[in-house]
Amino acid sequence: MRIPRIRGERAERVLGAFSVALLGVIVALVVFVFGNAWPSFSHNGLAWFSSGGNVQTQLGNIYHSPSNPAHYVYTLHAWPLLYGTALSTGLAVICGLGLALLGAVFLVEFAPPLLKRLLRPSVRLLAGVPSVIYGLVGLLALAPLIDSNLVSPSFKLAVAPVVQITGTGLLLAVVILTLMVTPIMLALIADALESVPRSWIEGSAALGVNRWRTMWRISVHTIRPAIAAAVVLATARALGEAIMLSMVSGAYPFAPNPLDGLNFFLEPILTFASAIVQNADGLFSVTPFPQTIYAFAAVLLVSAGALSFAGWLVKQPLRRYGIR
Amino acid sequence: MSATASAPVSRTRPRESAATWPLADRLGLAMCWAAGMFLTLAAAGIVVFMAIKGVQYLKLSLLFEHPTAAVDQSQAGGFLDPIEGTIALTALGTLIAAPIAIAAAIWLSEYGRPVGLARLVEAGVDVIAGVPSIVLAIFGLIVFSKALFAPLSISTQGVASYGRSFLIAGITISLVALPLIVGATREALQAIPSHVREASYALGKSQATTIRHVLLPSVRPGIATGIALGMGRIVGDTAIAIVLLGNTLQNQPGSGIWPFDYLRGTGSTLTTYVYNNSPVGEGNAPQKAYAAAFVLLLVVLFLNYSVDRLARGGRQVTAWSR
Repeated sequence: MRIPRIRGERAERVLGAFSVALLGVIVALVVFVFGNAWPSFSHNGLAWFSSGGNVQTQLGNIYHSPSNPAHYVYTLHAWPLLYGTALSTGLAVICGLGLALLGAVFLVEFAPPLLKRLLRPSVRLLAGVPSVIYGLVGLLALAPLIDSNLVSPSFKLAVAPVVQITGTGLLLAVVILTLMVTPIMLALIADALESVPRSWIEGSAALGVNRWRTMWRISVHTIRPAIAAAVVLATARALGEAIMLSMVSGAYPFAPNPLDGLNFFLEPILTFASAIVQNADGLFSVTPFPQTIYAFAAVLLVSAGALSFAGWLVKQPLRRYGIR
Repeated sequence: MSATASAPVSRTRPRESAATWPLADRLGLAMCWAAGMFLTLAAAGIVVFMAIKGVQYLKLSLLFEHPTAAVDQSQAGGFLDPIEGTIALTALGTLIAAPIAIAAAIWLSEYGRPVGLARLVEAGVDVIAGVPSIVLAIFGLIVFSKALFAPLSISTQGVASYGRSFLIAGITISLVALPLIVGATREALQAIPSHVREASYALGKSQATTIRHVLLPSVRPGIATGIALGMGRIVGDTAIAIVLLGNTLQNQPGSGIWPFDYLRGTGSTLTTYVYNNSPVGEGNAPQKAYAAAFVLLLVVLFLNYSVDRLARGGRQVTAWSR
């Protein structure tokens, strides 16, 4: 098709300039965040990611650092934050994947029409509820329940010198985070399930395979790349969740110990994103405290970039099959 | 995509009874039901819980009173300022995001030359969509604290920029809405068959004229969907508002002529108000938090509903959760 190009050139250049400006924003994002976070990384080296000492105390020391540039305190061992982020994100995405996969299969294949009409808006609603409302419900309605039913007073007393157990913690964080990432995955998986070629399903049914196995063996197998894409998207969402987690995760830089048995799930965590929110007031102060907080943002930025790339990678096979 | 939306036909033999299936398959089916019911009940639970608390604590006067600092939550005033803040921030963010996003979407799907650059921009929009809003907030704070941007906020020392104001938060929060508007507009543009464009070219119209007078009018529902999605995101975003809006109890206008004094000042939104009045915040007035959260939920539900209507009007279902 030959496109006439009279007087079109200027429009193309203007629209193109807007688009390229977006690339400029990304370059600025990377340059500014990393440029400002660099002192924190360079002073600590790889020890930044290691464990050792109490993060809360270290942040306090950084906050009260002497104002003489030669004596800036940068020492930080952010392992509890890394661990807390990985733990909450990982558990929520795993739980959410199970829920989303089963929910999507239900929605596409097994739900009676009435439930289908109910489930779709429900999922959309769960995806749309602002995170601060999730946080509020978790903090005011669910945390007291966990506190009175699951936390044993003896455990509470035993760990009181180290950390306070109040019902907010890993369990509540994972439960609510699961509720937040499930709709994202469910929407993607359900869309993909519906685009599986009909003839494949009919072929399977014609061979006498029942509906469940057809769904599981044919449809779900076909859309594996879409499931991977959904997981990537959900991980990105869970990593970046700041407000809800700073409300319901206990927001104390503690590394839950698996040896504590079931109490493991009641111990508080702090993620990078919620650490930024918790210390937002400190951003008013001068070097070196903001630099340390920027470093948290830099870690999140790297993860987000890596996840975008992973998302692009897993979409490639989808393009080949022409599914989405 | 439209298979189940339009016709409730099962894609396999519906008459077959699950009772004849092997135990494992029946267990799987039961788990499917459980997952579906759980999600439905969870959504219903949140709405009902918030509605009960909202009806319990929301008084009409709260919507028209300024918040005040008080130890007792019955004295803490209403949330007029946060409502104004949410409206101002949403309007600002959408006004900034929409033109840029629509331009980028048109360029990507109608011109897209050179191909490499178009791919790069495409990836860039994806990256912006994936960056957590708290990181965008930090980015905004770093950039707008530079002295160059001092006019955008109330300057404290006259030299350095304060780095927190409606303008600054609005510019930063537009990045949250931008990918959604780009996505919805592109999807709508791609849904227009190429013979529509060819018909316009055949009449001797240039590409720019075709875009302006043929394509843009017909993608209006798509653009509206994207804007409604973006507004929903902005209304619900807390991280950027907490870091970049100053998080003050009342909206504090700076100096200057009318809209700009307001926009250069600091303030709060419904989301930061809820956060501040939850037990982890400084206000700790849970009743006020519930009331404000209920208003917030109603706004979000309304925006969700308009996305639905718009998408149906545009005879295509756009990404229904993002």
